[in-house]
Amino acid sequence: MTRTRVPAVDGWFTMDEAAPALIGARGVDSGSYFFPKAVATSANPAAPFEEREDVALSRRGRVWSYTTNHYKPPAPYVAADPFEPYTVLAVELEQEQMIVLGPLATGADPEQLRVGMEVELVLGPLYSDDDHEYVVWQWAPVA
Amino acid sequence: MSSDRQVAVLGVGMHPWGKWGRNFVEYGIVAARAALADAGVDWRDIQFVSGADTMRNGYPGYVSGATFAQALGWQGAQVASSYAACASGVTALATARAQILAGFCDVALVVGADTTPKGFLAPNAGERGDDPDWLRFRLLGATNPTYFGLYARRRMDLYGATSDDFAMVKAKNSKHGAANPNARYRDVVDIDAVRTSPIVADPLRLLDICATSDGAAAIVVSSMEYARAHGHASPARIVGLSTVTPSYPNPVIELPNFATDSAVGFDAAPTTGFKDSITPHAYEEAGVGPGDLDLAEVYDLSTALELDWYEHIGLCDPGEAEKLLRAGDTAIGGRIPVNASGGLASFGEAVPAQAIAQVCELTWQVRGEAGDRQVDGAKVGLSVNQGLFGHGSAVIVTK
Repeated sequence: MTRTRVPAVDGWFTMDEAAPALIGARGVDSGSYFFPKAVATSANPAAPFEEREDVALSRRGRVWSYTTNHYKPPAPYVAADPFEPYTVLAVELEQEQMIVLGPLATGADPEQLRVGMEVELVLGPLYSDDDHEYVVWQWAPVA
Repeated sequence: MSSDRQVAVLGVGMHPWGKWGRNFVEYGIVAARAALADAGVDWRDIQFVSGADTMRNGYPGYVSGATFAQALGWQGAQVASSYAACASGVTALATARAQILAGFCDVALVVGADTTPKGFLAPNAGERGDDPDWLRFRLLGATNPTYFGLYARRRMDLYGATSDDFAMVKAKNSKHGAANPNARYRDVVDIDAVRTSPIVADPLRLLDICATSDGAAAIVVSSMEYARAHGHASPARIVGLSTVTPSYPNPVIELPNFATDSAVGFDAAPTTGFKDSITPHAYEEAGVGPGDLDLAEVYDLSTALELDWYEHIGLCDPGEAEKLLRAGDTAIGGRIPVNASGGLASFGEAVPAQAIAQVCELTWQVRGEAGDRQVDGAKVGLSVNQGLFGHGSAVIVTK
Protein backbone atom coordinates (compact mmCIF):
# COMPACT_ATOMS: atom_id res chain seq x y z
CA MET A 1 0.00 0.00 0.00
CA THR A 2 1.29 3.42 -0.88
CA ARG A 3 0.68 6.24 1.50
CA THR A 4 -0.09 9.68 0.14
CA ARG A 5 2.60 12.24 0.99
CA VAL A 6 1.06 15.31 2.57
CA PRO A 7 2.63 18.25 4.41
CA ALA A 8 2.63 17.98 8.21
CA VAL A 9 1.70 21.64 8.33
CA ASP A 10 -0.16 23.59 5.65
CA GLY A 11 1.41 26.47 3.82
CA TRP A 12 4.89 26.42 5.33
CA PHE A 13 6.74 24.85 2.39
CA THR A 14 6.16 23.78 -1.19
CA MET A 15 5.68 20.10 -1.99
CA ASP A 16 8.04 20.30 -4.95
CA GLU A 17 9.86 17.02 -4.32
CA ALA A 18 12.87 17.95 -6.44
CA ALA A 19 13.41 21.46 -5.17
CA PRO A 20 11.21 22.27 -2.18
CA ALA A 21 11.30 25.68 -0.55
CA LEU A 22 10.09 27.22 2.68
CA ILE A 23 7.34 29.76 2.09
CA GLY A 24 8.06 32.94 3.96
CA ALA A 25 6.82 36.47 3.67
CA ARG A 26 8.60 39.66 2.70
CA GLY A 27 7.54 43.11 3.80
CA VAL A 28 6.97 45.21 0.69
CA ASP A 29 8.29 48.36 2.42
CA SER A 30 11.01 47.08 4.75
CA GLY A 31 12.25 44.17 2.67
CA SER A 32 12.45 42.10 5.87
CA TYR A 33 11.70 38.39 5.69
CA PHE A 34 9.41 36.48 8.01
CA PHE A 35 9.01 32.75 8.70
CA PRO A 36 6.63 31.13 9.25
CA LYS A 37 4.21 33.53 7.65
CA ALA A 38 1.32 33.59 10.03
CA VAL A 39 2.49 32.21 13.36
CA ALA A 40 4.38 34.23 15.95
CA THR A 41 6.49 36.19 13.53
CA SER A 42 7.78 39.64 14.25
CA ALA A 43 6.86 42.83 12.53
CA ASN A 44 9.44 45.41 11.70
CA PRO A 45 8.46 48.22 14.11
CA ALA A 46 9.43 50.79 11.49
CA ALA A 47 6.82 49.27 9.18
CA PRO A 48 4.34 47.43 11.42
CA PHE A 49 1.41 47.64 9.03
CA GLU A 50 3.24 46.98 5.78
CA GLU A 51 1.84 44.55 3.28
CA ARG A 52 3.59 41.23 2.95
CA GLU A 53 4.05 39.07 -0.09
CA ASP A 54 4.69 35.35 -0.14
CA VAL A 55 8.22 34.48 -1.06
CA ALA A 56 10.22 31.28 -1.38
CA LEU A 57 13.15 31.40 1.02
CA SER A 58 16.66 30.45 -0.08
CA ARG A 59 17.01 26.69 -0.43
CA ARG A 60 20.60 26.71 0.73
CA GLY A 61 22.18 28.04 3.89
CA ARG A 62 25.00 27.45 6.35
CA VAL A 63 24.81 25.60 9.64
CA TRP A 64 24.70 28.08 12.56
CA SER A 65 24.43 25.31 15.14
CA TYR A 66 22.99 21.83 15.65
CA THR A 67 22.09 19.40 18.40
CA THR A 68 21.07 15.77 18.60
CA ASN A 69 18.33 14.88 21.06
CA HIS A 70 18.84 11.59 22.86
CA TYR A 71 15.64 11.55 24.90
CA LYS A 72 12.11 11.06 23.63
CA PRO A 73 10.34 14.42 23.67
CA PRO A 74 6.78 14.83 24.88
CA ALA A 75 3.72 14.90 22.61
CA PRO A 76 2.71 16.32 20.23
CA TYR A 77 6.00 15.08 18.72
CA VAL A 78 5.34 11.67 17.18
CA ALA A 79 8.49 9.76 18.04
CA ALA A 80 9.74 6.69 16.22
CA ASP A 81 9.02 3.44 18.07
CA PRO A 82 11.50 2.40 19.29
CA PHE A 83 12.75 5.92 19.85
CA GLU A 84 15.74 7.08 17.83
CA PRO A 85 17.84 10.17 18.46
CA TYR A 86 17.06 13.04 16.10
CA THR A 87 18.95 16.15 15.14
CA VAL A 88 17.78 19.75 14.87
CA LEU A 89 19.74 22.32 12.89
CA ALA A 90 19.77 26.09 12.98
CA VAL A 91 20.63 27.32 9.51
CA GLU A 92 21.70 30.79 8.50
CA LEU A 93 20.25 32.11 5.23
CA GLU A 94 22.52 34.67 3.64
CA GLN A 95 20.08 36.59 1.49
CA GLU A 96 17.38 36.73 4.17
CA GLN A 97 19.89 37.41 7.00
CA MET A 98 17.96 35.12 9.29
CA ILE A 99 18.30 31.75 10.99
CA VAL A 100 15.74 29.00 10.40
CA LEU A 101 15.41 25.74 12.36
CA GLY A 102 14.76 22.36 10.79
CA PRO A 103 15.42 18.67 11.27
CA LEU A 104 18.45 16.96 9.76
CA ALA A 105 17.57 15.06 6.57
CA THR A 106 16.45 11.49 7.19
CA GLY A 107 19.42 9.15 6.91
CA ALA A 108 22.08 11.87 7.11
CA ASP A 109 24.86 11.34 9.63
CA PRO A 110 24.86 13.94 12.42
CA GLU A 111 28.54 13.19 13.05
CA GLN A 112 29.43 14.88 9.78
CA LEU A 113 27.83 18.18 10.78
CA ARG A 114 30.02 21.23 11.33
CA VAL A 115 29.14 24.82 12.05
CA GLY A 116 29.42 26.74 8.79
CA MET A 117 28.84 23.80 6.43
CA GLU A 118 26.41 24.22 3.56
CA VAL A 119 23.02 22.53 3.69
CA GLU A 120 20.07 22.34 1.33
CA LEU A 121 16.34 22.04 1.89
CA VAL A 122 14.71 18.67 1.23
CA LEU A 123 11.45 17.01 2.21
CA GLY A 124 11.36 14.00 4.51
CA PRO A 125 8.99 11.94 6.63
CA LEU A 126 7.90 13.19 10.05
CA TYR A 127 5.32 10.50 10.92
CA SER A 128 2.64 8.49 9.17
CA ASP A 129 -0.75 6.88 9.59
CA ASP A 130 -2.51 4.20 7.54
CA ASP A 131 -3.19 6.46 4.58
CA HIS A 132 -0.70 9.32 4.77
CA GLU A 133 2.94 10.05 5.18
CA TYR A 134 3.25 13.47 6.78
CA VAL A 135 6.34 15.26 5.53
CA VAL A 136 8.34 18.15 6.89
CA TRP A 137 11.18 20.32 5.61
CA GLN A 138 14.66 19.06 6.44
CA TRP A 139 18.22 20.23 5.97
CA ALA A 140 20.59 17.96 4.05
CA PRO A 141 24.37 18.48 3.95
CA VAL A 142 25.50 19.46 0.45
CA ALA A 143 27.83 16.81 -0.88
CA MET B 1 18.14 55.78 41.01
CA SER B 2 16.81 58.70 43.01
CA SER B 3 15.68 57.51 46.41
CA ASP B 4 12.02 58.30 45.74
CA ARG B 5 11.99 55.63 43.00
CA GLN B 6 13.18 52.82 45.26
CA VAL B 7 11.16 50.28 47.17
CA ALA B 8 12.19 48.45 50.31
CA VAL B 9 12.41 44.69 50.60
CA LEU B 10 11.04 44.13 54.07
CA GLY B 11 10.94 40.37 54.04
CA VAL B 12 11.71 37.33 51.93
CA GLY B 13 10.84 33.67 52.28
CA MET B 14 10.75 30.35 50.45
CA HIS B 15 9.35 26.89 50.55
CA PRO B 16 12.30 24.57 49.87
CA TRP B 17 12.56 23.30 46.28
CA GLY B 18 12.00 19.59 45.70
CA LYS B 19 9.40 17.05 44.59
CA TRP B 20 6.96 17.13 47.45
CA GLY B 21 3.77 15.96 45.74
CA ARG B 22 1.55 18.61 47.26
CA ASN B 23 -0.60 21.47 45.96
CA PHE B 24 1.22 24.58 44.76
CA VAL B 25 -0.93 26.75 47.05
CA GLU B 26 0.52 25.02 50.11
CA TYR B 27 4.03 25.91 48.98
CA GLY B 28 3.05 29.50 48.28
CA ILE B 29 1.52 29.94 51.70
CA VAL B 30 4.64 28.62 53.43
CA ALA B 31 6.78 31.10 51.47
CA ALA B 32 4.35 33.96 52.08
CA ARG B 33 4.22 33.35 55.83
CA ALA B 34 8.02 33.19 55.94
CA ALA B 35 8.31 36.51 54.09
CA LEU B 36 5.67 38.15 56.31
CA ALA B 37 7.44 36.91 59.45
CA ASP B 38 10.79 38.11 58.10
CA ALA B 39 9.21 41.52 57.42
CA GLY B 40 7.41 41.71 60.73
CA VAL B 41 4.22 42.58 58.84
CA ASP B 42 0.81 41.12 59.68
CA TRP B 43 -0.95 39.60 56.67
CA ARG B 44 -3.99 41.77 57.38
CA ASP B 45 -1.86 44.87 56.84
CA ILE B 46 -0.83 43.85 53.30
CA GLN B 47 -2.55 46.25 50.89
CA PHE B 48 -1.70 44.61 47.57
CA VAL B 49 -1.16 40.97 46.61
CA SER B 50 0.73 40.21 43.43
CA GLY B 51 0.69 36.58 42.31
CA ALA B 52 3.00 34.98 39.74
CA ASP B 53 0.87 32.48 37.84
CA THR B 54 1.45 28.82 37.08
CA MET B 55 0.03 27.15 33.96
CA ARG B 56 0.30 23.61 35.30
CA ASN B 57 -2.15 23.64 38.18
CA GLY B 58 -5.53 24.40 36.66
CA TYR B 59 -7.57 27.52 37.15
CA PRO B 60 -6.25 28.44 40.62
CA GLY B 61 -2.86 28.84 38.98
CA TYR B 62 -4.16 31.37 36.42
CA VAL B 63 -5.50 33.61 39.19
CA SER B 64 -2.70 33.03 41.65
CA GLY B 65 -2.98 36.41 43.38
CA ALA B 66 -6.53 35.68 44.46
CA THR B 67 -5.71 32.02 45.15
CA PHE B 68 -2.96 32.95 47.61
CA ALA B 69 -5.08 35.75 49.12
CA GLN B 70 -7.92 33.32 49.73
CA ALA B 71 -5.62 30.73 51.27
CA LEU B 72 -4.08 33.33 53.56
CA GLY B 73 -7.56 34.60 54.47
CA TRP B 74 -9.57 37.19 52.53
CA GLN B 75 -8.81 40.61 53.94
CA GLY B 76 -9.80 42.96 51.12
CA ALA B 77 -6.39 43.73 49.64
CA GLN B 78 -6.07 44.82 46.03
CA VAL B 79 -4.83 42.00 43.84
CA ALA B 80 -3.15 41.19 40.53
CA SER B 81 -2.05 37.96 38.83
CA SER B 82 0.75 37.90 36.26
CA TYR B 83 1.98 35.35 33.79
CA ALA B 84 5.22 35.86 31.89
CA ALA B 85 6.68 32.34 31.86
CA CYS B 86 10.08 32.34 33.59
CA ALA B 87 9.77 36.11 34.06
CA SER B 88 6.43 35.84 35.90
CA GLY B 89 7.96 36.52 39.31
CA VAL B 90 9.59 39.76 38.28
CA THR B 91 6.50 40.85 36.36
CA ALA B 92 4.52 40.36 39.58
CA LEU B 93 7.21 42.27 41.47
CA ALA B 94 7.15 45.08 38.88
CA THR B 95 3.39 45.38 39.32
CA ALA B 96 3.74 45.66 43.08
CA ARG B 97 6.55 48.20 42.74
CA ALA B 98 4.49 50.35 40.38
CA GLN B 99 1.53 50.34 42.79
CA ILE B 100 3.81 51.44 45.63
CA LEU B 101 5.67 54.11 43.65
CA ALA B 102 2.39 55.46 42.29
CA GLY B 103 1.15 55.83 45.84
CA PHE B 104 -1.74 53.40 45.47
CA CYS B 105 -0.44 51.25 48.29
CA ASP B 106 2.32 51.22 50.89
CA VAL B 107 3.09 47.54 51.36
CA ALA B 108 2.62 44.54 49.07
CA LEU B 109 3.16 40.78 49.03
CA VAL B 110 4.56 39.05 45.93
CA VAL B 111 4.19 35.25 45.74
CA GLY B 112 5.02 32.58 43.17
CA ALA B 113 4.71 28.82 43.53
CA ASP B 114 4.63 25.78 41.28
CA THR B 115 4.44 22.05 41.02
CA THR B 116 6.13 20.74 37.91
CA PRO B 117 5.91 17.25 36.47
CA LYS B 118 9.12 15.32 35.92
CA GLY B 119 10.75 15.50 32.53
CA PHE B 120 10.53 17.94 29.65
CA LEU B 121 8.25 20.93 29.90
CA ALA B 122 5.51 20.38 27.31
CA PRO B 123 3.07 22.65 25.46
CA ASN B 124 -0.59 22.98 26.32
CA ALA B 125 -2.73 20.00 25.31
CA GLY B 126 -4.93 19.73 22.23
CA GLU B 127 -4.41 20.25 18.51
CA ARG B 128 -2.93 23.74 18.51
CA GLY B 129 -1.91 24.36 14.93
CA ASP B 130 -1.61 28.12 15.39
CA ASP B 131 0.51 27.96 18.56
CA PRO B 132 4.26 28.08 17.89
CA ASP B 133 4.91 26.49 21.29
CA TRP B 134 2.86 23.45 20.19
CA LEU B 135 4.21 23.45 16.65
CA ARG B 136 7.87 23.42 17.70
CA PHE B 137 7.26 20.13 19.50
CA ARG B 138 5.08 18.73 16.72
CA LEU B 139 7.27 19.57 13.74
CA LEU B 140 10.79 19.58 15.19
CA GLY B 141 10.70 17.89 18.59
CA ALA B 142 12.35 21.12 19.67
CA THR B 143 12.28 20.74 23.45
CA ASN B 144 13.74 23.48 25.63
CA PRO B 145 17.07 21.56 25.88
CA THR B 146 17.15 21.51 22.06
CA TYR B 147 17.57 25.28 22.08
CA PHE B 148 20.07 25.06 24.95
CA GLY B 149 22.03 22.50 22.92
CA LEU B 150 22.11 24.84 19.92
CA TYR B 151 23.49 27.67 22.06
CA ALA B 152 26.05 25.39 23.71
CA ARG B 153 27.33 24.00 20.39
CA ARG B 154 27.57 27.53 19.05
CA ARG B 155 29.62 28.56 22.10
CA MET B 156 32.04 25.70 21.51
CA ASP B 157 32.44 26.55 17.87
CA LEU B 158 32.71 30.30 18.29
CA TYR B 159 34.73 30.58 21.49
CA GLY B 160 36.37 27.20 22.00
CA ALA B 161 34.32 26.30 25.05
CA THR B 162 34.63 22.66 26.09
CA SER B 163 32.33 20.17 27.75
CA ASP B 164 34.59 20.40 30.77
CA ASP B 165 33.93 24.14 30.98
CA PHE B 166 30.22 23.40 31.09
CA ALA B 167 30.79 20.70 33.71
CA MET B 168 32.82 23.17 35.77
CA VAL B 169 29.76 25.46 35.97
CA LYS B 170 27.74 22.59 37.43
CA ALA B 171 30.51 21.72 39.87
CA LYS B 172 30.72 25.34 41.02
CA ASN B 173 26.97 25.76 41.44
CA SER B 174 26.58 22.45 43.22
CA LYS B 175 29.18 23.57 45.74
CA HIS B 176 27.25 26.78 46.29
CA GLY B 177 23.93 24.94 46.53
CA ALA B 178 25.28 22.48 49.07
CA ALA B 179 25.26 25.41 51.51
CA ASN B 180 21.67 26.42 50.73
CA PRO B 181 18.92 24.83 52.85
CA ASN B 182 16.29 25.79 50.25
CA ALA B 183 18.06 24.02 47.38
CA ARG B 184 16.76 20.69 46.12
CA TYR B 185 20.15 19.21 45.25
CA ARG B 186 22.64 19.48 48.10
CA ASP B 187 25.37 17.10 46.92
CA VAL B 188 28.61 18.47 45.56
CA VAL B 189 28.94 17.25 41.97
CA ASP B 190 32.37 16.90 40.38
CA ILE B 191 33.28 17.29 36.73
CA ASP B 192 33.47 13.54 36.23
CA ALA B 193 29.86 13.08 37.30
CA VAL B 194 28.75 15.55 34.63
CA ARG B 195 31.03 13.96 32.03
CA THR B 196 29.53 10.54 32.59
CA SER B 197 25.88 11.56 32.79
CA PRO B 198 23.70 10.67 29.76
CA ILE B 199 23.63 12.99 26.76
CA VAL B 200 20.33 14.86 26.45
CA ALA B 201 20.84 17.41 23.66
CA ASP B 202 24.46 17.21 22.67
CA PRO B 203 26.83 18.65 23.71
CA LEU B 204 24.73 18.95 26.87
CA ARG B 205 24.37 16.09 29.31
CA LEU B 206 21.78 15.42 31.96
CA LEU B 207 23.76 17.22 34.67
CA ASP B 208 24.26 20.24 32.37
CA ILE B 209 20.51 20.86 32.25
CA CYS B 210 18.34 22.07 35.11
CA ALA B 211 15.58 19.86 36.43
CA THR B 212 11.98 20.90 37.03
CA SER B 213 10.91 21.26 40.65
CA ASP B 214 8.21 22.18 43.11
CA GLY B 215 8.94 25.33 45.08
CA ALA B 216 7.77 28.74 46.19
CA ALA B 217 9.18 32.15 47.00
CA ALA B 218 7.69 35.36 48.36
CA ILE B 219 8.72 38.94 49.02
CA VAL B 220 7.19 41.75 51.07
CA VAL B 221 7.95 45.12 49.48
CA SER B 222 7.01 48.58 50.70
CA SER B 223 7.60 52.26 50.23
CA MET B 224 10.72 53.62 51.94
CA GLU B 225 8.46 55.68 54.21
CA TYR B 226 6.51 52.61 55.31
CA ALA B 227 9.78 50.76 55.94
CA ARG B 228 11.15 53.51 58.17
CA ALA B 229 7.86 53.87 60.03
CA HIS B 230 7.85 50.14 60.77
CA GLY B 231 11.30 49.71 62.19
CA HIS B 232 13.31 49.01 59.03
CA ALA B 233 15.91 51.77 59.23
CA SER B 234 18.17 50.37 56.51
CA PRO B 235 16.31 47.75 54.49
CA ALA B 236 17.47 46.02 51.32
CA ARG B 237 16.16 48.04 48.41
CA ILE B 238 15.13 47.37 44.81
CA VAL B 239 16.90 50.10 42.86
CA GLY B 240 16.52 48.81 39.31
CA LEU B 241 14.12 46.52 37.49
CA SER B 242 13.72 45.55 33.86
CA THR B 243 10.86 43.87 32.02
CA VAL B 244 11.87 44.87 28.49
CA THR B 245 10.86 43.08 25.30
CA PRO B 246 13.43 42.31 22.61
CA SER B 247 14.40 44.93 20.04
CA TYR B 248 13.91 44.18 16.36
CA PRO B 249 15.69 42.55 14.63
CA ASN B 250 16.70 40.01 17.27
CA PRO B 251 19.42 37.94 15.58
CA VAL B 252 19.38 35.01 18.03
CA ILE B 253 17.03 32.06 17.69
CA GLU B 254 14.78 32.12 20.76
CA LEU B 255 12.36 29.70 22.34
CA PRO B 256 9.78 28.88 20.91
CA ASN B 257 10.48 30.42 17.52
CA PHE B 258 11.23 28.66 14.23
CA ALA B 259 13.33 31.52 12.88
CA THR B 260 15.03 34.71 13.94
CA ASP B 261 14.06 38.14 12.74
CA SER B 262 15.58 39.04 9.41
CA ALA B 263 18.22 41.77 9.47
CA VAL B 264 17.44 42.80 5.90
CA GLY B 265 16.61 46.47 5.62
CA PHE B 266 18.96 47.56 8.41
CA ASP B 267 22.10 49.49 7.65
CA ALA B 268 24.27 47.68 10.13
CA ALA B 269 23.98 44.07 11.13
CA PRO B 270 22.52 43.85 14.64
CA THR B 271 25.11 43.01 17.22
CA THR B 272 22.96 42.37 20.23
CA GLY B 273 20.24 39.89 20.93
CA PHE B 274 17.49 39.86 23.52
CA LYS B 275 19.64 38.64 26.40
CA ASP B 276 22.03 41.55 25.85
CA SER B 277 19.21 44.06 26.07
CA ILE B 278 17.60 43.01 29.37
CA THR B 279 19.99 44.35 32.00
CA PRO B 280 20.85 47.79 30.55
CA HIS B 281 17.41 49.09 31.55
CA ALA B 282 17.91 47.89 35.14
CA TYR B 283 21.45 49.30 35.26
CA GLU B 284 20.18 52.63 34.03
CA GLU B 285 17.41 52.79 36.61
CA ALA B 286 19.84 51.88 39.36
CA GLY B 287 22.64 54.14 38.19
CA VAL B 288 25.13 51.28 38.41
CA GLY B 289 27.01 49.14 35.92
CA PRO B 290 28.33 45.59 35.78
CA GLY B 291 31.53 46.73 37.49
CA ASP B 292 29.56 47.72 40.58
CA LEU B 293 28.09 44.26 41.14
CA ASP B 294 29.17 42.10 44.06
CA LEU B 295 27.20 39.09 42.87
CA ALA B 296 24.74 37.97 40.21
CA GLU B 297 21.99 35.36 40.03
CA VAL B 298 21.55 34.31 36.41
CA TYR B 299 19.16 31.80 34.85
CA ASP B 300 21.32 28.72 34.34
CA LEU B 301 18.77 26.60 32.52
CA SER B 302 21.91 24.95 31.23
CA THR B 303 25.53 25.20 32.32
CA ALA B 304 26.51 26.68 28.95
CA LEU B 305 23.77 29.26 29.24
CA GLU B 306 25.27 30.53 32.49
CA LEU B 307 28.44 31.34 30.54
CA ASP B 308 26.37 33.18 27.93
CA TRP B 309 24.82 35.28 30.68
CA TYR B 310 28.26 36.46 31.96
CA GLU B 311 28.59 38.22 28.64
CA HIS B 312 24.98 39.30 28.24
CA ILE B 313 25.01 41.13 31.59
CA GLY B 314 28.39 42.73 30.96
CA LEU B 315 30.68 40.84 33.33
CA CYS B 316 33.05 40.29 30.42
CA ASP B 317 33.31 40.61 26.65
CA PRO B 318 31.83 37.97 24.34
CA GLY B 319 34.05 34.91 24.33
CA GLU B 320 35.65 35.67 27.69
CA ALA B 321 33.23 33.83 30.00
CA GLU B 322 35.31 30.65 30.18
CA LYS B 323 38.29 32.70 31.37
CA LEU B 324 36.24 34.08 34.26
CA LEU B 325 35.00 30.64 35.14
CA ARG B 326 38.40 28.94 34.95
CA ALA B 327 39.99 31.70 37.05
CA GLY B 328 37.41 31.09 39.77
CA ASP B 329 36.10 34.65 39.43
CA THR B 330 32.47 33.50 39.47
CA ALA B 331 32.78 31.16 42.45
CA ILE B 332 32.11 32.35 45.99
CA GLY B 333 35.37 33.94 47.07
CA GLY B 334 36.05 35.12 43.53
CA ARG B 335 35.73 38.57 42.04
CA ILE B 336 32.06 38.35 41.03
CA PRO B 337 30.30 35.24 42.32
CA VAL B 338 27.51 34.00 40.06
CA ASN B 339 24.67 31.87 41.40
CA ALA B 340 25.81 31.87 45.00
CA SER B 341 22.42 30.32 45.75
CA GLY B 342 23.38 27.27 43.72
CA GLY B 343 21.30 28.50 40.80
CA LEU B 344 18.86 26.44 38.83
CA ALA B 345 21.49 23.70 38.82
CA SER B 346 20.82 23.19 42.52
CA PHE B 347 17.16 24.20 42.61
CA GLY B 348 15.57 22.92 39.42
CA GLU B 349 13.14 25.32 37.85
CA ALA B 350 9.81 26.16 39.50
CA VAL B 351 8.76 28.62 36.83
CA PRO B 352 6.75 31.38 38.58
CA ALA B 353 8.78 31.14 41.78
CA GLN B 354 12.27 31.20 40.33
CA ALA B 355 12.68 34.90 39.54
CA ILE B 356 11.34 35.72 43.02
CA ALA B 357 13.76 33.21 44.53
CA GLN B 358 16.62 35.02 42.78
CA VAL B 359 15.60 38.26 44.52
CA CYS B 360 15.30 36.44 47.86
CA GLU B 361 18.91 35.30 47.46
CA LEU B 362 20.12 38.81 46.61
CA THR B 363 18.31 40.11 49.68
CA TRP B 364 19.88 37.57 52.04
CA GLN B 365 23.27 38.30 50.49
CA VAL B 366 23.17 42.09 50.80
CA ARG B 367 21.91 41.71 54.38
CA GLY B 368 24.84 39.40 55.14
CA GLU B 369 22.45 36.60 56.11
CA ALA B 370 23.44 33.97 53.55
CA GLY B 371 25.29 31.73 55.97
CA ASP B 372 27.95 29.43 54.52
CA ARG B 373 27.34 30.75 51.00
CA GLN B 374 27.73 34.40 52.00
CA VAL B 375 29.55 36.59 49.48
CA ASP B 376 31.85 38.76 51.59
CA GLY B 377 30.85 42.40 51.64
CA ALA B 378 27.95 41.94 49.18
CA LYS B 379 26.24 45.29 48.67
CA VAL B 380 24.90 45.23 45.12
CA GLY B 381 23.37 42.20 43.41
CA LEU B 382 21.74 41.58 40.05
CA SER B 383 19.26 38.89 39.03
CA VAL B 384 18.38 38.17 35.42
CA ASN B 385 16.29 35.84 33.35
CA GLN B 386 14.06 35.70 30.33
CA GLY B 387 10.45 34.57 29.89
CA LEU B 388 9.17 32.67 26.87
CA PHE B 389 8.42 34.73 23.73
CA GLY B 390 10.00 37.94 25.08
CA HIS B 391 9.64 38.90 28.72
CA GLY B 392 12.81 40.41 30.06
CA SER B 393 13.46 40.10 33.79
CA ALA B 394 16.20 41.74 35.81
CA VAL B 395 16.36 43.19 39.31
CA ILE B 396 19.09 45.08 41.12
CA VAL B 397 19.07 44.88 44.91
CA THR B 398 21.29 46.91 47.18
CA LYS B 399 21.56 47.82 50.81
